[in-house]
Amino acid sequence: MGITQILFWILAITAIFSALMVVISKNPVYSVLWLIVTFFTISGHYILLNAQFLAVVNIIVYAGAIMVLFLFVIMLMNLNKETEPQKSKWLKLAGAVAGGCLLLVLVAGLRHTEKQMTEMVTGDIGLIQNLGKVLFKDYVVPFEISSILFLSAMVGAVVLGKKEPRIPVETEMRKVEETQQAINI
Amino acid sequence: METVPLTHILFVSTALFCIGMYGLFTRRNLITMLMAIELILNSVNINFVAFNKYLYPYKLDGIFFVIFIITIAAAEAAVAIAIIINQYRTHQSIDVEDATELKF
Repeated sequence: MGITQILFWILAITAIFSALMVVISKNPVYSVLWLIVTFFTISGHYILLNAQFLAVVNIIVYAGAIMVLFLFVIMLMNLNKETEPQKSKWLKLAGAVAGGCLLLVLVAGLRHTEKQMTEMVTGDIGLIQNLGKVLFKDYVVPFEISSILFLSAMVGAVVLGKKEPRIPVETEMRKVEETQQAINI
Repeated sequence: METVPLTHILFVSTALFCIGMYGLFTRRNLITMLMAIELILNSVNINFVAFNKYLYPYKLDGIFFVIFIITIAAAEAAVAIAIIINQYRTHQSIDVEDATELKF
């Protein structure tokens, strides 16, 4: 059993355990913290799979940006206590049955696939130099389109999160009349 | 050096996907539901990277799929959190069962 396999098993068990804790734990803050652990283990999987740049991006974007945003919103809404209302027992049972059935079907489908072993390649295929060359040669159009997506998402988030001004109508009308009088004078 | 067979990695990502699905069904808090969606997206990412390494080790297409998925997940999280904050402001709760105004 090589070092790669030992690392893989440790990472796999940690990932599944922390993902379960994300779903199970009642306090949303603990959920977020376990989710960060899950993202770190997923980054470890990426490194084992020769995608080093992707591992770093995963940590920066998910654990660094998105999870901080989540934590911030949870703190803002005072959800950091264990009072989250739970769904009824029957819905939990239905969720477990649905998730378990999907797991069963996928595992049964995967069991008979042939064992595909990788050929040894040099480990620098996932580094930033190769990625950059392909990104700006073959994937230029999706790259630019994703910038437009970010712009629209940013505008949408600002418009949705903006507070309504709530100026009463009468005061506004009075202001308009006053300015008109001032202009007439 | 021995390597891990592809099916083991697929088992891990399948388990993560199903755990995320269970979380999506059972939680009522909008933010934790969003976290379950992030979990599902990440399990799909593991699949893309694994297939990229085991089937086409000299190409990078799977990795670019993952990069664009991460991009879209970031945009989605920003917009979803804006919507959640807006709902919290109007309803004083982010329980999905309180958001019944869009029903029918």
